[in-house]
Amino acid sequence: MGRSKNDIWVGLFVLIGLAALMFLALQSANLLSLNFQRGYRITANFDNIGGLKPKAAVRSAGVVVGRVARIGFDDERFQARIELDMDPRFHFPKDSSLKILTSGLLGDQYIGIEPGADDKNLAPGDNVSATQSAVVLENLISQFLYNSAAGNASSGAGGKSSGGGAK
Amino acid sequence: MSWWRPSDIGFAVRRGLDDMGYAARFFWRLVRLAGPTFRRFSLLRDQVHFLGNYSLAIIAVSGLFVGFVLALQGYNILQRYGSAEAVGMMVALSLLRELGPVVTALLFAGRAGTSLTAEIGLMKAGEQFSAMEMMAVDPIQRIIAPRFWAGVIVMPLLTAVFNAVGVMGGWVVSVPMIGVDPGAFWSQMQGGVDVFDDLGNGVVKSVVFGFTVTFVALLQGYVAKPTAEGVARATTRTVVMASLMVLGLDFLLTALMFS
Repeated sequence: MGRSKNDIWVGLFVLIGLAALMFLALQSANLLSLNFQRGYRITANFDNIGGLKPKAAVRSAGVVVGRVARIGFDDERFQARIELDMDPRFHFPKDSSLKILTSGLLGDQYIGIEPGADDKNLAPGDNVSATQSAVVLENLISQFLYNSAAGNASSGAGGKSSGGGAK
Repeated sequence: MSWWRPSDIGFAVRRGLDDMGYAARFFWRLVRLAGPTFRRFSLLRDQVHFLGNYSLAIIAVSGLFVGFVLALQGYNILQRYGSAEAVGMMVALSLLRELGPVVTALLFAGRAGTSLTAEIGLMKAGEQFSAMEMMAVDPIQRIIAPRFWAGVIVMPLLTAVFNAVGVMGGWVVSVPMIGVDPGAFWSQMQGGVDVFDDLGNGVVKSVVFGFTVTFVALLQGYVAKPTAEGVARATTRTVVMASLMVLGLDFLLTALMFS
């Protein structure tokens, strides 16, 4: 096969294209932080997961230590059943607790893991039972209304203080 | 209404079906010629040079300006919600998912597709294909297939260049000009862009568009009437058909990938 003066230019073109792909993969898509080794999977039951989505982060002290793998429904206990892929580098005690948190006022929901004090660590397939549900605004408001109504009833039986917090 | 008879409808439908069958056969022929084309690498290399290198400048400049504009518009909208740092993510996602593949394909149709159609059409008008057949050279294998596969190779690379230059353009506008925090710019982008879901699907799109645009251009050139007017019409049809097919396919692919 003969050499041609086009060779170098075509080579340069292909090189530029591949360099652009590498730039995109590394700089904008963060390929390096991608974890190809599979972590250990644990499950957890929540009364209410709010707006949690698959691939949401599991954080401990603000550091991402896992991802939500799957969200399902347990129709015997009528709870949400969540599977978490935990980073194999990090281990947590067996009695750790999970709660659903929100990053910022309008941010995504994620799962916070609070380490417990057990000597044994969570193993693949373990189920975490100590969970705290997502905060649902409607429940919060109705609780508030209920509390303030109860407060009014007990404090001012003959009083005129009906307004205030009950609104 | 003497100029429109019911039989004309049947004629139009049959002709449309006939064209479609011919196009499908032509496409299958080109796909099967992949092996022989890649073995005669010098032909392919010259076409990659012609289609790729000469399109690089227009693609890079367009990508730069698209990145500029995306960053400006994105910043204006996002700062109303107090999340101007997300401009990096917005620029990267819109480029990688939609604008990169689509705009590159449209520009490629205009820059390279037209020249393919005109070249093939004029070769046909000059009866060069008949001459090749007389010499027992298959014109589809010798002329059309290298151009086709070169287009398919070149499209994803051009799209990658467009995206990369666009992201840099977005950075230029956001960080030095507007003053968005560079750390937040990149970390928001890296947090929001997935290698497979966004970058990978964008590459798949660009490969599909490479097949589409190059195939339309070559087919239009090959079936053009061998006259000056016929070649002119074929060139116009290349741009119109390729653009419409790219936009329609983009909708389909987006619905499949991102829903």
